[in-house]
Amino acid sequence: MATDTLHHGATSEPHEHHDASGTKVFGFWVYLMSDLVIFGSLFATYAVLMKGTAGGPTAADIFELPFVLVETFLLLFSSFTFGMGVLAMNAERIGQVKAWLAITFLLGAAFVGMEVYEFQHLIHQGYGPDQSAFLSSFFTLVGTHGLHVTVGLVWILVMLVQLSTKGLTPMTRPRILCLSLFWHFLDIVWICVFSFVYLMGVL
Amino acid sequence: MFGKLTLESIPYHEPIIMIVAAMMAIGGAALIGALTYYRKWGWLWSEWFTSVDHKKLGIMYFVVALVMLLRGFADAIMMRTQLAMAAGGAAGYLPPEHYDQIFTAHGVIMIFFVAMPMVIGLMNLVVPLQIGARDVAFPFLNNLSFWLFAVSAILVNISLVVGEFAKTGWLAYAPLSGIEFSPGVGVDYWIWALQISGIGTTLTGINFFVTILKMRTKGMTMFRMPIFTWTSLCANVLIIASFPILTATIALLTLDRYFGMHFFTNDFGGNMMMYVNLIWAWGHPEVYILILPAFGVFSEVIATFARKRLFGYTTMVWATVAITLLSFIVWLHHFFTMGAGANVNAFFGIMTMIIAIPTGVKVFNWLFTIFRGSLELTSPVLWTLGFIITFTLGGMTGVMLALPAANFVLHNSLFVIAHFHNVIIGGVVFGMMAGLTYWFPKAFGFTLSEKWGKRSFWCWFIGFYVAFMPLYVLSFFGAVRRMQSYANPEWQSWMILAWVGAVIIMMGIACTIIQFWVSIRDRKLNADVTGDPWDGRTLEWSTSSPAPFYNFARLPEVGDIDSFWSQKQRSNEQLDEAPYTDIHMPRNTVAGPIISLFALVLGFALVWHIWWLAAVGALGVVISFLARVFNDDIDYYVPAAEVERIEREHQQRKTAPPASDSTDSKQTNYAEARA
Repeated sequence: MATDTLHHGATSEPHEHHDASGTKVFGFWVYLMSDLVIFGSLFATYAVLMKGTAGGPTAADIFELPFVLVETFLLLFSSFTFGMGVLAMNAERIGQVKAWLAITFLLGAAFVGMEVYEFQHLIHQGYGPDQSAFLSSFFTLVGTHGLHVTVGLVWILVMLVQLSTKGLTPMTRPRILCLSLFWHFLDIVWICVFSFVYLMGVL
Repeated sequence: MFGKLTLESIPYHEPIIMIVAAMMAIGGAALIGALTYYRKWGWLWSEWFTSVDHKKLGIMYFVVALVMLLRGFADAIMMRTQLAMAAGGAAGYLPPEHYDQIFTAHGVIMIFFVAMPMVIGLMNLVVPLQIGARDVAFPFLNNLSFWLFAVSAILVNISLVVGEFAKTGWLAYAPLSGIEFSPGVGVDYWIWALQISGIGTTLTGINFFVTILKMRTKGMTMFRMPIFTWTSLCANVLIIASFPILTATIALLTLDRYFGMHFFTNDFGGNMMMYVNLIWAWGHPEVYILILPAFGVFSEVIATFARKRLFGYTTMVWATVAITLLSFIVWLHHFFTMGAGANVNAFFGIMTMIIAIPTGVKVFNWLFTIFRGSLELTSPVLWTLGFIITFTLGGMTGVMLALPAANFVLHNSLFVIAHFHNVIIGGVVFGMMAGLTYWFPKAFGFTLSEKWGKRSFWCWFIGFYVAFMPLYVLSFFGAVRRMQSYANPEWQSWMILAWVGAVIIMMGIACTIIQFWVSIRDRKLNADVTGDPWDGRTLEWSTSSPAPFYNFARLPEVGDIDSFWSQKQRSNEQLDEAPYTDIHMPRNTVAGPIISLFALVLGFALVWHIWWLAAVGALGVVISFLARVFNDDIDYYVPAAEVERIEREHQQRKTAPPASDSTDSKQTNYAEARA
């Protein structure tokens, strides 16, 4: 899928000596790998500190799996809708691209909204991130993911504006592809968060 | 309104700081005055600050690094002076809280703001030329990386006059660096300076990784790349994989300090050893980020001046790759005494010793390159020979430290200090000085004075041994690191000897400054009109000096290792007369400096808890970044006729007798071409 688009991007710009669009997407891949190291560090920190509850609540006390499952499905569906958007881009249907991006935005915003609610609920109960090392590492790991999703939402808005003003150009195409990689990457990180933090915390 | 910032934050009761601050103010005012008087601001802005040319960015990295070297060295000589005085429990002239700031500042500045920018600056200058590329993969990001680094250097220097430096040592071990034990702003300055410059470094790593993998010229397979490019590639892999750990670790420390979280605190379930593990999981690869490119420099220098292909090119590459991988599984040797247990310590001890094997392979490769070569004893070669001797010695004391049993005795002593200066001065500093001398003509079009270069080398070489061998001796007497005063008066003679060594090194730095002065004065005598002053082997010597902003008029084709050398051997070959074509180049950008300026505002505001200003800084970063994203006018074409004109001029300079002011006219041509 991605290679088709890249090929298209390269042929539409005859003056290019090297495949600039491919270089951008490859560079973004490398960035994602470095971002993965940040998440890896946070996962490791969580693994070390999860028993450091300091007499406060444990993971089993505060996690509500059905709630988190809804969050998970929101994010999974948003990955699907983004994939549809990229397919629409390959088919040169800019209206559909915008529609799928808008749906993705709504699903992502709902995810962030639920996470903010969860955090606010925990803090309200007196389980804020300053209460124990476990809570510090939990809020930081999940919050860092949420912050990434929020940045992705802003990026979707920027792309919606650029699609309206510039259309599908050799500038905007690789950006949509990079954003798509970013969005799927966050989905994968969330699968890990869901499995290692929530599922293993409750089971 | 101003958060924690009050007039009391300025240490005007400390005469030393005030004198330094006054000198900085006078120097800065003189510089600004001169720039204004000669009307150079516009030129500086449009030709340098906003430039996306990797060669100019490389030069700017070096300029900042050399200025910061003076600052870092001032800290060093102050410490040595204090220890030469403070024998038998004497107070010396530096009170403990000031001494603590100085050793922290020395380490932070020398690693992050001297060694790193020198290494990255050299990569910027050389790597695209060596692989036959016209620029890096992401020229705007390259400019942004430089400015993020530069504003961090500014932030660190602000801490000298407004507030304080951290008193925690260069890695700010928790819980000492936590809010409970370090309530001042020193650690916050450390946090934000490293966070901002660290992001810049990560971007650089990604940029050069992609550049080397994607932008090599026709025919340059991986195993035809020059060794400096190989070592840079490995250093960038290390940056990509390790700097995010630093970013995460500093972020966690930030959360502890700003939001009362408990990652590294003594209480509430925190784990301070997690900090030490994380920081060294970044910190050990960092050492190799610094030394690998230096290895690359020595390989280029020795092959060029021995007039011989590097012995064992393939083993050199695999040794570099092996070091890259091993560097990630040795970090625990920095804290064997943590109590991880005998088996864990044994594993990390053995892994550490194994690193000596690929390093040994490299040493033999260099020696065998010299063997039966015709070695010319130029100053880059002197730095290289000095490196081989000094670094091998430092490597051996490293293997001693890698023995957990010995480490329990030696840790935290001056032995550790002597060891890592042994490898960092002998390796990184010598390497950067060799690289600076070797590639200087490619950057500026004239060679550096050999006489003053050699004087600088001998001062550094002798000064290093006089300054640091006494520390090995003292460590066996039980002298520990980071002490402001000591009880045993018998140590004083060794401490005075070490001070003499530091003064000799200072003379070496002075020789380098004189070297610049003399070389710039005699630049027309030492002009490099051929573009190939050393009879070099790799592609950077095939273009003119200074290299044109597009690097190569026609992208070169490569057939083997040291392709430029073999091309010169086949000199009867018909010259390439293909017509010039239009060259696609990136435009200069104001976004890099502006985004970074807002990052500086953000960093300063966060240090002092001035929340409204932090919001201004953060918004500024986002908005100026978005402005860049919405700008489509980011590249242009250099017409073929213009390329032809510049190239013809270079050919004329090559054949004509030394012209009087050809360098100046070339400079203006660049400016016209870009406008």
